[in-house]
Amino acid sequence: METPRDTSAPPGDQQPPQGAHTATPNLAGSSPQRGRSSLSDSSRTGRRGDAIFKFASSGSGVLLLVIMAAIAAFLTVRAISAISANHGNFLTTAEWQTQTDPITFGIAAIALGTIISAVVAMALAVPVALGIALFISHYAPRRIAQALGYVVDLLAAVPSIVFGLWGALFLVPHMIGVNAWLNQYFSWTYVFHQNEPGTQPRSLFTVGVVLAIMILPIITAVTREIFLQVPRAHEEAALALGATRWEMIRTAVIPFGRSGIISASMLGLGRALGETMAVATVLSPSYVINFHILDPAGSTIAQNIASQFGESQGTGRDALIAAGLVLFVITLLVNGGARLIIARRKEYSGADA
Amino acid sequence: MAKRIDVSGLNAYYGGFRAVEDISMVVEPRSVTAFIGPSGCGKSTFLRTLNRMHEVIPGARVEGKVLLDDENLYGANIDPVAVRRTVGMVFQRPNPFPTMSIKENVAAGLKLNGVRNKKLIDEAVERSLRGANLWNEVKDRLDKPGAGLSGGQQQRLCIARAIAVEPQVLLMDEPCSALDPISTLAIEDLIGQLKEQFTIVIVTHNMQQAARVSDRTAFFNLSGVGQPGRLIEIDSTEKIFSNPSVQATEDYISGRFG
Ligand SMILES: Nc1ncnc2c1ncn2[C@@H]1O[C@H](COP(=O)(O)OP(=O)(O)OP(=O)(O)O)[C@@H](O)[C@H]1O
Ligand SMILES: [Mg+2]
Repeated sequence: METPRDTSAPPGDQQPPQGAHTATPNLAGSSPQRGRSSLSDSSRTGRRGDAIFKFASSGSGVLLLVIMAAIAAFLTVRAISAISANHGNFLTTAEWQTQTDPITFGIAAIALGTIISAVVAMALAVPVALGIALFISHYAPRRIAQALGYVVDLLAAVPSIVFGLWGALFLVPHMIGVNAWLNQYFSWTYVFHQNEPGTQPRSLFTVGVVLAIMILPIITAVTREIFLQVPRAHEEAALALGATRWEMIRTAVIPFGRSGIISASMLGLGRALGETMAVATVLSPSYVINFHILDPAGSTIAQNIASQFGESQGTGRDALIAAGLVLFVITLLVNGGARLIIARRKEYSGADA
Repeated sequence: MAKRIDVSGLNAYYGGFRAVEDISMVVEPRSVTAFIGPSGCGKSTFLRTLNRMHEVIPGARVEGKVLLDDENLYGANIDPVAVRRTVGMVFQRPNPFPTMSIKENVAAGLKLNGVRNKKLIDEAVERSLRGANLWNEVKDRLDKPGAGLSGGQQQRLCIARAIAVEPQVLLMDEPCSALDPISTLAIEDLIGQLKEQFTIVIVTHNMQQAARVSDRTAFFNLSGVGQPGRLIEIDSTEKIFSNPSVQATEDYISGRFG
């Protein structure tokens, strides 16, 4: 049964192209009897194109690795020099004094702020993004789906500073009510407890909300693309068993898109973790460890780098580099975890079905 | 548990295009009915109207009546989801759920029906896999992915999945067209056994297969490209293959066109 929807595209199994494996069927080999038979005439099989492509692709691959390694080495050396001059403990100090002598700095508060705001952003954005993506791919009438998809793609391209300004000017005043409500009913959860009810909601929670809205379009756009690639045959299999539309989505669509959903979320998380401007417009930074996420306190690694960079020089800048490396490690860990989850059920991924 | 199907005055459309015109026929319970006819004459389309799968295609609709025993499938307060639980379907290309193990695939329909009891599910899985002649090949790897089976095994897995929910009718759209002769024979044997319990309708392009497995055969044809498909005749398989009443049927079966 042919349907208007394009189901022929292979599902996204994002393997980076590997320059090293441009295997060509070696029918002729380097046989000395060139030109004897048509099988040994390699001038007609485009072998030279292969060679050029192989050189170009493996060459750029190697170049990329070399550049990356050089950057990593540079950053690590600078970071180590700052950490050895550090008076405090880099991991547990909740302070950032790099103008003084001796300097004292640590990532405890800003790493925590980074993680809290990212968790809030993911918890809010991922479910909503999945809902919108499913609506576009499986519920909305074609015309509306197209328009919505276009809007989502457009939103995904909006610069983050725009979200930051919107968050600071519009969202912050409107969050007062939300905060009061959360504090009133969920104060017992500890995280939603406010030390001073009614303060300005320039908090990690508000940052999380801004980040959630910022990463929503990109997660939606990617997951929608994945949901559209679910083979029609699997959906019909579920329907023919007597699945309702929602049951069909649960049995055929979401499991099929699972690894894609995780990848899309990682993409969003990457943006949230590294976001500077949207955080800086909302939050007035402070280096305290505070798990009450509605309180106006905290900072994130990215914001700390942006706000400190201008005033610091020498070891102070190296300290910021060290913080940047921590952000890098966090991203690496999260991505590694996601890869593990995807790989564990690889044989069930349906990517080659 | 098998039911009789009584179709009258059925038209099926894709948007403005009428693919199938004015079909009336009776499918007897506990028998195998084969649909034959040239490509594009609407066999699949008609088959899919029998469990309301036609309408899942955007713009597709159906006119007419399909009585399952005495109930009109297209009646006002009929739930298409309930219809599909009663009338199962096996597709031309094996389509096991790639994200599920063999066992989960067979149990998928039961889960949809709200069966949660582990023991009941295990029993039904074994019964259905035995019913589909697949149990011996997969009993040691029930937790392996269903997509890891061979094409013929996958198709029998899909049959097991369809019969696990104990439907009244089983619709099969060219179930053997992607299979080797041995798997084909296995599925034909299976059809012979399944008809003791189910009403079976099978679409096939293979005349020998229609002659081997079916009790009755329906011949469909279309008068030209862009024209709707029609039912030319339906009769006992023996009669259709030895002495059909319409010349076009004889021409088709003897390979003179189509
Ligand atoms: N999804 C669809 N949208 C529009 N037209 C369709 C669709 N599916 C089938 N058709 C048209 O309906 C007519 C009948 O198609 P159908 O698939 O029922 O034929 P068939 O008899 O099963 O053919 P085959 O033996 O090749 O499977 C054809 O003209 C076909 O082009
Ligand atoms: Mg067909």
